[in-house]
Amino acid sequence: MKVTQIDKAASERLSLKARWVWRETLKLHKRSQETRVASSLSPVEIFVVLYYGGFLRQNPQNPRWEDRDRCIISKGHGSLCMYPILADLGYFPLSELENICQKGGFLGGIPDPVIPGYETINGSLGHGVGVGAGMALGLKRKGKDQKIYVVTGDGELHEGSNWEAFMFAAQHKLENLVVLVDNNQISMLGPTDEIISHRNLAQKFEAFGWTPREVLDGHSVSAVGNALIECQHDPSGKPKVIIVSTRKGRGVPGLENAPLSHVTAIKPDLIDQLLEEEP
Amino acid sequence: MTPPPAQPLKAMRDTLLFSLYQAMLEDKEVFLVTADFGSPVIDKIRADCPDRFINVGIAEQNLINVSAGLALEGYKVFAYAIAPFITMRCYEQTRVNLALLSEVRPMNVNLIGVGAGYSYVVSGPTHQCYEDLAVMRALPNMHIYSPADQLLAAALPAQCLKNNGPKYLRLDAQVLPLLYGEKLPAIEDGFHSHRDGERVCLLATGYMVHTALAVADHFSAKGIPLGVIDLFDMHGYSEDKIHDILSRYQGVVTMEEGFRGRGGLDALVFDFITRREMDIQMLNIGVDGGYRFDLGSRSDLHEHVGIGTAAVVEKVERWLTRLNKNRS
Repeated sequence: MKVTQIDKAASERLSLKARWVWRETLKLHKRSQETRVASSLSPVEIFVVLYYGGFLRQNPQNPRWEDRDRCIISKGHGSLCMYPILADLGYFPLSELENICQKGGFLGGIPDPVIPGYETINGSLGHGVGVGAGMALGLKRKGKDQKIYVVTGDGELHEGSNWEAFMFAAQHKLENLVVLVDNNQISMLGPTDEIISHRNLAQKFEAFGWTPREVLDGHSVSAVGNALIECQHDPSGKPKVIIVSTRKGRGVPGLENAPLSHVTAIKPDLIDQLLEEEP
Repeated sequence: MTPPPAQPLKAMRDTLLFSLYQAMLEDKEVFLVTADFGSPVIDKIRADCPDRFINVGIAEQNLINVSAGLALEGYKVFAYAIAPFITMRCYEQTRVNLALLSEVRPMNVNLIGVGAGYSYVVSGPTHQCYEDLAVMRALPNMHIYSPADQLLAAALPAQCLKNNGPKYLRLDAQVLPLLYGEKLPAIEDGFHSHRDGERVCLLATGYMVHTALAVADHFSAKGIPLGVIDLFDMHGYSEDKIHDILSRYQGVVTMEEGFRGRGGLDALVFDFITRREMDIQMLNIGVDGGYRFDLGSRSDLHEHVGIGTAAVVEKVERWLTRLNKNRS
């Protein structure tokens, strides 16, 4: 089957947007140093492609629009980068970004669904796939065509609740469910491969009855976008997973792929320096 | 109260599920999700409503998460499993995706837990359930129903369908004697006063209402009338009405088939009388001594842990003596 690919113009547009989101994420972290920045820099392109690439049916003026596709951000702690995206799209005013983690604001260190655009409680890990599977089943029973996207971390996959949900989704042929794994391969205390290995993750998903795809460069918007396009045209009738290889703390010297980057803050001086170096 | 008319005795699980079955035939927005736990009525539901019956398998975490997802899509969901598993195996899923999330997004999820207290008599502590009232009460928006009667249990699905929010329905696994006849108590009151007494009222929930009535019979035969209240809604009961009744007493005895002093019914009543600044003494009857692996009848087990009829009679007698001394 011939499948459309992300074209050059779209790729350039999305890359520029991803760069802007990267910068804004650093600015947010400078304002609130308690935020989890390293795990928020690995999924930037995943979210940019989903939200700006035309994959997500959405209505920022009406975040709970019934016909929207649902995006569950299961790795909620690592989605600081979503704040500028949602503000830029009009879910809430850009000025809210100034109030991050401040009294009277609603953008917390870990996002909750009081933030327009967030569907569920996030950050406590291992919940998104199961809730998403329930939503996917509900929509399917109603004959609706909306999709459920769930973004998880790879460390998060250590939670057994995910695997209960993976089995369930395959059993019920939830072809409207797409999971994107931000596979940065580092959890809080080091490389996941040294903690509980995810080796052969794609084969694991396949054995669980899913259609897996792998994106080897998760910071390439066209690679992420093309995998999503393939999912849209996938005739298997199975739930789909895209394992997106990313780099935790991407683009920050000393943070990128550092084993203990999860709770490491970037000093404000370094953020200023990085932003000045940007073209 | 007039004696209840002849009714076939059934487990409250069966009467509740039959009401739910009838509701599912009428209302296509009602889902039943089970963690591989069944019953003859469940067989009817899966035969007649196959598109809205889901068995997630032995996977309680997913039971809650899938139920939450369905509810977010507008379905009214009943999740069904053995009581200790549906309350404690998946507690964080319940906390996050039902209790917390329902504060932001309306949802109607009802957890049916079968096997309150010692009702799985010979199955031991894994299947018995003495902590559920405490852990579910710890979630401030969790509505808890704890019926003591099959007809009251049968009335609960309609009540649950009318009201959004997370709810826990704590059901006994055994067939219990009837408490109510054709005329059920007002469910919105959340409690029913079975008997008026003079100085002391027994306030019980679930199976222990039956024990309370037996204890009251004992004292009544000795010329000491005790009040008996069945508190079947531990979240939405009418505070004013129960306050009016308790105000008439010098003492209240809480009776629960759960650990004493760990956050269950006794904590609920203590909080109530403290908040309402009531001048009333309290005696708490609940499971003493922690986990045990004893075998025997339910009544044997109850006597071992201090909640059987004889044990309660003895405790109440001693307490009444002390109350009398304090009064004189």
